[in-house]
Amino acid sequence: MTQPSEIERLIEMMAKLPGLGPRSARRAVLHLVARRDAQLAPLARQMQLVADTARECTNCGNIGTADLCPICTDPRRANGQICVVETVADLWAMERASVFSGRYHVLGGTLSALDAIGPEELRIPQLVARIDEEAVREVILALPATVDGQTTAHYIADRLEERVALTSLAQGVPIGGELDFLDDGTITAALNARKPL
Amino acid sequence: MPGLYLSHLALSHFRSHRRAEVAADGRPIAIFGPNGAGKTNLLEAVSLFSPGRGMRRAAVQEMSRKPEALGWKVVGVLQSLGHAHEIEMRCEAGGARELRVDGKSAPQLALGRLARVIWLTPAMDRLWTEGADGRRRFLDRIALSFFPEHGEAALAYEKAMRERNRLLKEDLRDPAWYAALESQMARAGAAIAAGRRAALDRVEAAQAAAETAFPAAELGVRYPEEMPEVEEALATGLAEGRRRDLAAGRTLIGPHRADLAATYAEKGMPAAECSTGEQKALLISLVLANARALAGEIGAAPILLLDEVAAHLDAGRRAALYDEVCALGAQAWMTGTGPDLFEALGDRAQRIEVTEAGGESHLRPL
Repeated sequence: MTQPSEIERLIEMMAKLPGLGPRSARRAVLHLVARRDAQLAPLARQMQLVADTARECTNCGNIGTADLCPICTDPRRANGQICVVETVADLWAMERASVFSGRYHVLGGTLSALDAIGPEELRIPQLVARIDEEAVREVILALPATVDGQTTAHYIADRLEERVALTSLAQGVPIGGELDFLDDGTITAALNARKPL
Repeated sequence: MPGLYLSHLALSHFRSHRRAEVAADGRPIAIFGPNGAGKTNLLEAVSLFSPGRGMRRAAVQEMSRKPEALGWKVVGVLQSLGHAHEIEMRCEAGGARELRVDGKSAPQLALGRLARVIWLTPAMDRLWTEGADGRRRFLDRIALSFFPEHGEAALAYEKAMRERNRLLKEDLRDPAWYAALESQMARAGAAIAAGRRAALDRVEAAQAAAETAFPAAELGVRYPEEMPEVEEALATGLAEGRRRDLAAGRTLIGPHRADLAATYAEKGMPAAECSTGEQKALLISLVLANARALAGEIGAAPILLLDEVAAHLDAGRRAALYDEVCALGAQAWMTGTGPDLFEALGDRAQRIEVTEAGGESHLRPL
């Protein structure tokens, strides 16, 4: 061991973060220690603050620092649309695009009997309850195009059928994408979903 | 030459091969040597150029050379209709198999669109007399050779069915959850059934059109009970079968229960009742018909792996097999214990001798 144990422990903890490995964690820790006042101490304070205050929005499952997240407390977002996503990361990806002006519902996973994840674990009953509570007109299913994702989409569609309009995200050619690099399934989906110019 | 073949193959720490290289020109390759020298290991490495677990259906860690168990690497240059692709498969000790095509990481299923590989192994000699599993796998390999997307449908079906079986075993009774899974099973299941039928049609047509020394087979897909092959009907069948499936704890209808039925056409005799020699001849006939149909469809014969194929054939049949393989223009990797088994090939094939010394295989191109 070449570092004092406290720093070694910090490197080990950082190395467990997504996107980091032992080498990049060591580089990040060295960087922070060299800038203790400017970066390390503020980072530690901010992490403590987030650790103390971060919580799941009781309405949609987004992560915030209050019982209700800013999206759920914003009356302008109550436009009758709810976009259902698998994870908070998906919600943030949608928000980055700044194109959706409704609210979200984060499931926290997809249905998987093999992993013992059922509707109760996925906040599906809460979604069903929100339909009436928030006078929802349309539910947009933005779930992964995997077997589990599509099973979950079918399940939700079955539960909400005839109560609300159901739509799902389109599948096809990505913006800036070239046909030559697409797999057959994507090309088929894109062709089936073609629209008049 | 145009076509579909490996022009170079390199193995590192793969089974009995510490390091081995083969340079090939597209002709058939006759591999001979004593039992246990490592001939079939070469064929297994080539079988990995097709999606799946290879011709031995072995776990990736089993392929590591012992006792080092450092992991393994197989690299090949695949000539595919005038285009060359470098395909690299590797597995670190304790890790999963990784695939790179032309230096870029790729999923396993991508191989199905680049290479077509068909094999015949001694373990398949009992195909017609053992359980339906082996015949279903054989049928799916035929379908996969024509339709690379067959693999995706099979994976999707298998995943959804395992989920449904878990619900059945745990006696969960949420109709919406069942319906969601059955909808996925029905879509993938209908695609699987259609792919199998279309593939068999092509193989039967290729048998009928060919002049061959091997017997023709009448082929069909059979189920233990009626199986709707159309998506909506299959979804309905699954929904109606829930009560029965709950009692059984598993799904009782679907393409996972299919069996490949074959009849020796000339004699009108089911394959299972034919002699051992006739059963082998039927298998060879199907593999050749599969290859001919593919050659007509994609413009090149698939790579053939014929392990110990010459052993059960008399000299006349052997010569006929070699003539048909050469006429197809297929790169057939064939193994046998001695060079005499391949005499009839003359200069139409490359030859490699495989020997073993100190637990390590050695190749000697002749």
